[in-house]
Amino acid sequence: MSATDIHDPNRRDFLYVATGMAAVVGAGAVAWPFIDQMRPDASTLALASVEVDVASLTPGMSLVVKWRGKPVVVRNRTEQEMKDGEAVNLADLKDPIARNANLPSDAPATDANRTTPGKEAWMVMVQVCTHLGCIPLGQEGEFGGWFCPCHGSVYDTAGRIRKGPAPENMAVPVFQFISDTKIRIG
Amino acid sequence: MSEGHSTYTPKTGIERWFDARMPLPRLVYDSFIAYPVPRNLNYAWTFGGILSIMLVAQILTGIVLAMHYTADSTLAFNSVEKIMRDVNSGWLLRYLHSNGASFFFVAVYIHIFRGLYYGSYKAPRELLWILGCIIYLLMMATGFMGYVLPWGQMSFWGATVITSFFTAIPLVGDWIQQLLLGGFAVDNPTLNRFFALHYLLPFMIAGVVVLHVWALHVVGQSNPTGIEVKSKTDTVAFTPYATIKDAFGMIVFLFFFAYFVFYLPNYLGHPDNYVVANPLKTPPHIVPEWYFLPFYAILRAITFNVGPIDAKLGGVLCMFGAIAMLFLVPWLDTSKVRSAVYRPWYKLFFWLFAANAIFLGWLGSQPAEGSYVFMAQMATLFYFVFFLVALPVLGLIEKPRRLPNSITEAVLEKNKGGGHHPAGATAAPETKG
Repeated sequence: MSATDIHDPNRRDFLYVATGMAAVVGAGAVAWPFIDQMRPDASTLALASVEVDVASLTPGMSLVVKWRGKPVVVRNRTEQEMKDGEAVNLADLKDPIARNANLPSDAPATDANRTTPGKEAWMVMVQVCTHLGCIPLGQEGEFGGWFCPCHGSVYDTAGRIRKGPAPENMAVPVFQFISDTKIRIG
Repeated sequence: MSEGHSTYTPKTGIERWFDARMPLPRLVYDSFIAYPVPRNLNYAWTFGGILSIMLVAQILTGIVLAMHYTADSTLAFNSVEKIMRDVNSGWLLRYLHSNGASFFFVAVYIHIFRGLYYGSYKAPRELLWILGCIIYLLMMATGFMGYVLPWGQMSFWGATVITSFFTAIPLVGDWIQQLLLGGFAVDNPTLNRFFALHYLLPFMIAGVVVLHVWALHVVGQSNPTGIEVKSKTDTVAFTPYATIKDAFGMIVFLFFFAYFVFYLPNYLGHPDNYVVANPLKTPPHIVPEWYFLPFYAILRAITFNVGPIDAKLGGVLCMFGAIAMLFLVPWLDTSKVRSAVYRPWYKLFFWLFAANAIFLGWLGSQPAEGSYVFMAQMATLFYFVFFLVALPVLGLIEKPRRLPNSITEAVLEKNKGGGHHPAGATAAPETKG
């Protein structure tokens, strides 16, 4: 027992500690709703899934749909774009991870892993720069993919970050082809 | 001089009645009439008063604008247009408010640079300085959220970029961003909470201003020589000397303000903000309001990874670090002499720093490509060198010029070489012995 302990803990000490603990837990319980109310509400979360008809997209065409308030690009890539995407050496990538929500979180960022099996021509991707959230412009920049005008990030034809300040490849959301011409995102 | 006892003597019965119950007249008399101020304050010292007037003006115009504004993402943009076109005098009130924000920052930057030049942050004024830094932070938050309210393209994308800073934080970054936005992107919940906070924060600023003035009245004002007040001859009464000087400074400042309001109301804004917010299209060139540009340039200057810190997190850390430097200034500066007037090397570095800050601001307005990136990196480096190297080292190696013995001596010495005033002239009362 240290020198500062001049008496054994008694009933009063216990009451002090117990009262203090109750006050801290109570304050936390009251504070939480004030923080909790700031999180995305039920109506925002309810918009978590959209269906897109892509029958009209021939190779080289894209469309953009709004999903969770963000643009998702659906692009039917050209032969050349797919070839460019496959030709990339994985060691040259700034972010070697696929960032594909449909795959394990450590899947490598191959061209195939950025798309879905059997539909490798189709890029479905949240078109939001992973730097500070701007919308990159399609089919621009030196890799023929996307270019973010805000701070100069350059993405390739598979939406992988190649140059500039962005840290990650653009995100591939959870999606699936529910028929040959229909995609469900989310 | 602060703890001098009160010289207030109530003259009428009503004053005596109040003084015995709640001595508010005494507080006002002691703080704004008899309060002694150094006799050598120059016009750089008028910006405290100018800032108070700007805060009041922003609150008044803001409350009136809030009576016509609608904080809903489908209505906000049109409600601002309604203020401009339909509301009586609405155009004037909105231009006063939007340009008022800019001029509030003009005044606060002059006020901050005044403090840096004359070493006003040194003991015993560290807490006074830090309270000022907190006011500046609150002003930045208020200004940022106010710019989102018109719901134009710059509003929306400025909010997107700035809230995305938080996604740079490892692990919890995305959660924090969604907490701030109330969704996965900037949308109606974001607009609503920003409006509520934009209305709240100015009153918090007013609260911290009270603390700032309280702290000021405890330690007293610094002055261009940086020498503490030693005797009664070093000071003059707040009224009429400082009141009139402050009033004149305000009039000149408001003249510039009015020129912008009436002749260049959109000069400091951005045309893209007259286009309604579109979540699917980023304007080609996003810039924040001018008063954030130096920090924006620092954010974008970090384009390389350092160890485990990627470029994005590094940029955000440097940007917040640039602001944090201000809080540390009282302890970074090792010099025993306050004022740059007597510090030849510090004076040089101060002006280099001021020029560098303006240069950073200009770089922040340019696209982040080519040689701009390299220049921004060099300017960012100098920004931090000033605080982390120049301030501590100069105080140790610099040989300051001889300090006068007192404020009175400094004033009389300065006047000896200059023109002679006719006896009894009212000009330059501070030089009368």
